[in-house]
This record gives sequence, C-alpha cells and structure tokens, in this order.
Amino acid sequence: MTQLTPRDWSSHAAFISPEYKSSNLRGVSQNLVKIDPELSEMTGPAFGQEVIGPLDHDLTKNGQVNGEPIGERIIVTGTVFDEFGKPVPNTLIEIWQANAAGRYVHKVDQHDAPIDPNFLGAGRCLTDEKGQYKFYTIKPGAYPWGNHPNAWRPNHIHLSLLGPCIASRIVTQMYFPGDPLLQYDPIYIATPEQARERLVSEFSLDVTEDGFALGYIFNIVVRGVNATPMEA
Amino acid sequence: MTFKQTPSQTVGPYFAYGLTAQQYRYDNTQIADNQLVKGDINGECIRITGTVFDGNGDAVNDALIEIWQANAAGRFNHPLDQRSNRALEPNFSGYGRCGTGTSSDASFSFDTIKPGAAKDGHAPFITVVVFMRGLLSHAYTRLYFSDEASANQTDPVLNTVAEQRRATLIAQRKDTGTGPEYHFDIHMQGAEETVFFEV
Repeated sequence: MTQLTPRDWSSHAAFISPEYKSSNLRGVSQNLVKIDPELSEMTGPAFGQEVIGPLDHDLTKNGQVNGEPIGERIIVTGTVFDEFGKPVPNTLIEIWQANAAGRYVHKVDQHDAPIDPNFLGAGRCLTDEKGQYKFYTIKPGAYPWGNHPNAWRPNHIHLSLLGPCIASRIVTQMYFPGDPLLQYDPIYIATPEQARERLVSEFSLDVTEDGFALGYIFNIVVRGVNATPMEA
Repeated sequence: MTFKQTPSQTVGPYFAYGLTAQQYRYDNTQIADNQLVKGDINGECIRITGTVFDGNGDAVNDALIEIWQANAAGRFNHPLDQRSNRALEPNFSGYGRCGTGTSSDASFSFDTIKPGAAKDGHAPFITVVVFMRGLLSHAYTRLYFSDEASANQTDPVLNTVAEQRRATLIAQRKDTGTGPEYHFDIHMQGAEETVFFEV
C-alpha cells in the first residue's frame, strides 16, 4: 500500500499572482501535467548529523567575529509533521534571513541599512526523533523592496525543508504575529486566505528563556508518504 | 492542530548564502552542490547544462535548480528502494543543487551519472526542481535523454504529455572533448514552456 498525499492547492498560492509582480513572467502558466507518483517521487535526499556543525542552529553565535550580533534574540522552534499527523524525524531544515536592520548578507542586497559584522543569518539543523527543531537567532527586520511604491517585506525567516521524499520538499517563509505589514505583502497575501495563518508563528512564553530570548513556535506540515519499501 | 500543508513561499532573491553558500563564495558551507560524482561511481559521467528563461525570454540569474535521480543501475539511494537486483551505490546520493547566479550567462550545470531506468519499461530520467524569486511554489519537471529515443517513445509518463510539448522534456546530447553533455533549457512560459508535473 503506497500513498503520497497530493500537493494541496488550497494551501498554496497560484503560480501567477498578479500583485506579486515577478510572478507574472516567472510563474508556470500552463496546467501541470498530473502523473502517478512513483518511487522517484517517494524517495529523496536525506542527510544526517554529518552536515550539521555545532553552531549551525544558533545564528546568534555562528556569525560572530568580534562580538554579539545586534538585535532582539529569539528562539524559533516547532515540530515538523506530515499530513497524516506523524512527526517527521531527522529531516533537514535550512534557514536564512535578514539581520535586525533588515539587511541580508547576500551581495545582491543593496538596501541602505547596516550589515552586522557579527551576524551571518543562515543556519540549519535536523529535526529530532520527535520531529522537533530549535533555532536561536535574531529577529529579522523589515526591508523595502521594489514590487510597488513604498513596498516593505514583513519580518520573516526563510525555511527550506527536505521532508521524507522529493515530493515533500518545501520552501516557505515564517512570519511574526501581529505584524502590520502582513496585510500589504503580496507574497504573504498570494497564499489562499484560509491557509495564511499557517505562515505566522505563535509567540510562546513557555518557549521564551528568562532573561535571554523571546520564544516563537512554528510548526510545519509537509506532504505525507505512506509506503512499504520496494524490494524487487 | 489540523495537519494541513504549510503553504509554499518563494525562495526569494537571497537564497544563495543559505542554500548554495560555497558555490556563491560565502564563508559558510552547503549540504549539496552540482558535483554528484565523488569518487568511483559506476556509470557514464555526464554533464547537464541549461538556462532558465522567463516569459520575456530573458535568462533568470537568480534561480535555484535541484536534481534527484537514480544511479546507473536505476536504484535510488533511499530506504524505500530496497531492490537488491539493482546495486546501491552508497557514495552516490543522487541529489544536486546549483544556483544560476555564478556563471556569466546565468546557466546551471551538473556533473553526474546518467541514471538507469528506475522501472522496467520506463525511460531513464532525472527529476528537476525549480525555485526562484517570483515562483511562489517550486515546480517539478523531468529531464529525459535524447539518446534514449526508443525508450522515450514508449515511456508511460512521456506519453501522458501532449506530443507537441514532449520535446521540452528531452535534453539534447552533444559529445564534447570533456565528455557527453546534455542541454536542458527550462522555459517558465511562452510557446516553448517546459512541461511541469503535478507529482
């Protein structure tokens, strides 16, 4: 018995979402061609501890050159589930983000805000046996972009997950509760309304570490695969 | 909580130092690159090259391309594939990543092994996943091989694709001084729009 849950298009934005300008020339325009999932879709890359360095999960430390990064320390934690509600253990999560001033380390980012010499803004970790992950980082700042006049991206962290197979691969963005910029952001709004709140993390006093960092919970759900190994 | 899929969001313009740091010469590391042949791997070494084009026909220089494939025996390096009649090669992951922002012509390339057919009666292929700024959900396509004409002709997946669009999935082989090279352009829109799959 093999089952791979399909991509749920009531959860994902249309490829072409006109308010998000660059989707107009880059989004797939023809209908996707449906094919039955095979072993090629139900398998995928997997990585172990060998790709994780001791500070990879701690962005407050992994870019330090001569001091602490500037900004509000936060914890981002959660569980990765599949659509059957089963935790996904040992799956790789990679993140990248702007610094507290809203500036990325990326050379293409020319936003006139300071680079923080002690903040790289990239990290990765594996989920544990319970599907849980935890990053320490600095709350990213909002930044302007060219989509329309006075356009600003809300505070966000990019996340890339492999999940159990190549079909469960997902790249997403995590936002922060109560951000007034969300309502104006064409990338966030492109997501169907009933699914948008799944992109917003939840503040948690339980996760918050006294005297150190505010805690946010962001659970992630990827496509599920229920399959018995193929032996011949 | 209800277990509904987390919505996809675009990879944006600044993925490089997060996902392909070494390729872009940042100081931090990356987990996968475009060199899949590390050490002694069975099979034919091939190079794949291509360019991603937007709806204006302009080359996209901030796309991320990933590939996933079987080895030369048609076996995937994954616990679900336990077919002992196809030899596993532990040193061949079958997974690669390449951004289009480090070559002067915005192309991508992979050095890999030509996969064997993963299933009897099917043509060999490589799964290609496309991410970029402006693409809110990643897109899946497949790269088939021009020198597998007879297998391609009877391949059940290729045969579900309208005949006039099938050519968008066939990488063209060229034998060069440094070995066989397959050219595979990806058109996001337009008359030559690549076939993308709902997998």
